[in-house]
Amino acid sequence: MGLPAEMLPEIPVVSDPGLDRNAENLTKGQIAEVINRVIDRETAARFRIYLNTCVHCGLCSDACHWFLSNDRDPRFSPVGKVKQTLWEILKKKGRVDADFLKECSRIAQTECNGCRKCSMYCPFGVDIAYLLFVVRRICYQLTIVPQFLQDTVNSHAATMNQMWVKQDEWVDTLQWQEEDARSEIVTARIPLDKEGADVFYSVIAPEPKILAQLIGNIAQIMAVAKVDWTMPSQDGWDNSNMAMFAGDFEIMGRVERAHHEAALKLKAKRIVMGECGHAFRGAVYDGPKWLGWREPPVPVIHAVDFYHELITSGRIKIARKFEEPVTLQEPCNIVRGRGLGTKLREVIQATCADFRPPPEPDFEHNYCCGAGGGVINCGPPWKTSRVKGNSVKAEQLAATKAHIVITPCHNCHAGIEDIISGYKLGMHVRFLIEILMQVMEIPDELKAE
Amino acid sequence: MYTFVSGPLVWIAFIVFAGGMIYQFLSMLKMAKKDKVVLPYMSLKYGLRSLLHWLIPFASKNMRMRYETTLVTFAFHICLVLLPIFLTAHVVMFSASWGLHWVTVSEKAADWLTVLVIFAAIFFLVRRWMLPEVRFVTSASDYVLLAVVAAPFVTGFIAHRQWFDYETMVVIHMISGAAMLMAIPFTRLSHMLFFPFTRAYMGSEFGAVRHARDW
Ligand code: SF4
Ligand code: SF4
Repeated sequence: MGLPAEMLPEIPVVSDPGLDRNAENLTKGQIAEVINRVIDRETAARFRIYLNTCVHCGLCSDACHWFLSNDRDPRFSPVGKVKQTLWEILKKKGRVDADFLKECSRIAQTECNGCRKCSMYCPFGVDIAYLLFVVRRICYQLTIVPQFLQDTVNSHAATMNQMWVKQDEWVDTLQWQEEDARSEIVTARIPLDKEGADVFYSVIAPEPKILAQLIGNIAQIMAVAKVDWTMPSQDGWDNSNMAMFAGDFEIMGRVERAHHEAALKLKAKRIVMGECGHAFRGAVYDGPKWLGWREPPVPVIHAVDFYHELITSGRIKIARKFEEPVTLQEPCNIVRGRGLGTKLREVIQATCADFRPPPEPDFEHNYCCGAGGGVINCGPPWKTSRVKGNSVKAEQLAATKAHIVITPCHNCHAGIEDIISGYKLGMHVRFLIEILMQVMEIPDELKAE
Repeated sequence: MYTFVSGPLVWIAFIVFAGGMIYQFLSMLKMAKKDKVVLPYMSLKYGLRSLLHWLIPFASKNMRMRYETTLVTFAFHICLVLLPIFLTAHVVMFSASWGLHWVTVSEKAADWLTVLVIFAAIFFLVRRWMLPEVRFVTSASDYVLLAVVAAPFVTGFIAHRQWFDYETMVVIHMISGAAMLMAIPFTRLSHMLFFPFTRAYMGSEFGAVRHARDW
């Protein structure tokens, strides 16, 4: 028999100044005003129809890694999250208090990755992630946003990139990486602001900030594959977007517009995005939607697609395969969100000798890494619940007995690392580009010394 | 009483049902135009592709994960729609008033299918109670709606067996049937109307925009 709600274990209280301190001064009147404004003015057909159509059947539950990992606790089921937030808000016509809003923010911001697997399990295709994003939007407008996440949004707003990378630091990093790349491959360059290039390459801000060698890597790959490419020296180089997840759609729109406009200004033929899933989602779906474009103005492809193209067209040859046993984390936003599951496997098969595909659920049905949807950006206070909320992923990874988990996404990368250490799996995480660097054939004439 | 429920009430029920459905459809259309992403993303091809997968039993992964629920759900919905239309007693009434007739199911089959619907309703009830994730999101209205849907079948079955007072039972049966029809457009039973649209939208977004499947 089902447990009544009052018998469920208590959810540990996490203190986060972004919720606690900001909730202090909110009045019920303000809250109701904002809620009703968002619901009346910003939501439309989907919102109402989803809510009127949901038959409370709970069939979406089995989709959610949070639900499965928390002993099937109904509060973590997709529809359960909507019940605890929107149903209550609508029932009370927005007259809820600040403490309730803190709960809403916790649920919508830190316990849902917006992975949209549940809409593949609901018979009606109710888009729960969208509904919970409406909750995020309300919380954001009332300033109830986890502190760390808000910090990254502020960074986007002030510097047009996620990590407070300043203009001179950006160019500096590229020059330094170009030098590094040239110490391996003589023709390696990072061409800045080149007009009419075939490829406009963009990255997320953590690359120049903490993983600069990834930019050096791509410079080497581009040189070997002889790709005509460029990167912008000015704003628009960062394709990441945390504002999208915080509910700050105005900043989200600015960030996406800057990214696409940078490519348009350079008359690039297409944008190739580095290995990140959420950034891809922002650039290809959420950003254009908000900006009123059906498609992005310049075609966008993800790194996985690009590598696949380089390998299958023979522009990059594989000298020897990567030996260690590898498995794969399939990022929601490029596998469920772009159908790249097969290409991703083909790239891995072409580069790795011992590939151990993750057991079911895989491809579109993969479990999210637990970090996406802005959840990892909510920062250290929420790490414990995030790792706990994804034990199913740990089990899935452990079953492969692989040593390396390939994750072509920055969010997945960080999230899987936390899961590996949290559950002591003894594995390591690698980007696809790191594998590619190790196995790619470098023609002798290109080798530096 | 009988003349009222078998005459005007039936009319009222059909008019409210049809009018309500049209009203809901039009207001959905109006809202969809306001929601700037819905119509531009709708794709006939991907919408139908998704609908097809969700209309075939076990074609989608979640349906395969829950065999019993899928079977019962399909049986329930199919009977729910077809049984009242092809029931001899109903067809006879239509032909008496309008001279229309069409094929009917045999009395015996109808009996069994009615029992099937009632069992399915009990299954849903028990499921609501037993599964924590369903129970958590269940409110009184969910029970009421289930009762509203099951009532015409239960009463029809009893009336047909001539248990209790036949006359009264038929009247209750007709009232409950009318109540169900009228409830469809204005409650969550409207999923009957919205299902093709929500699923087709999700199918379109997954297919056309995301190049992926949604089943
Ligand atoms: S994490 Fe994914 S499956 Fe779970 S509620 Fe959010 S969108 Fe749905
Ligand atoms: S969202 Fe869909 S699957 Fe989940 S309870 Fe509602 S109708 Fe059922």
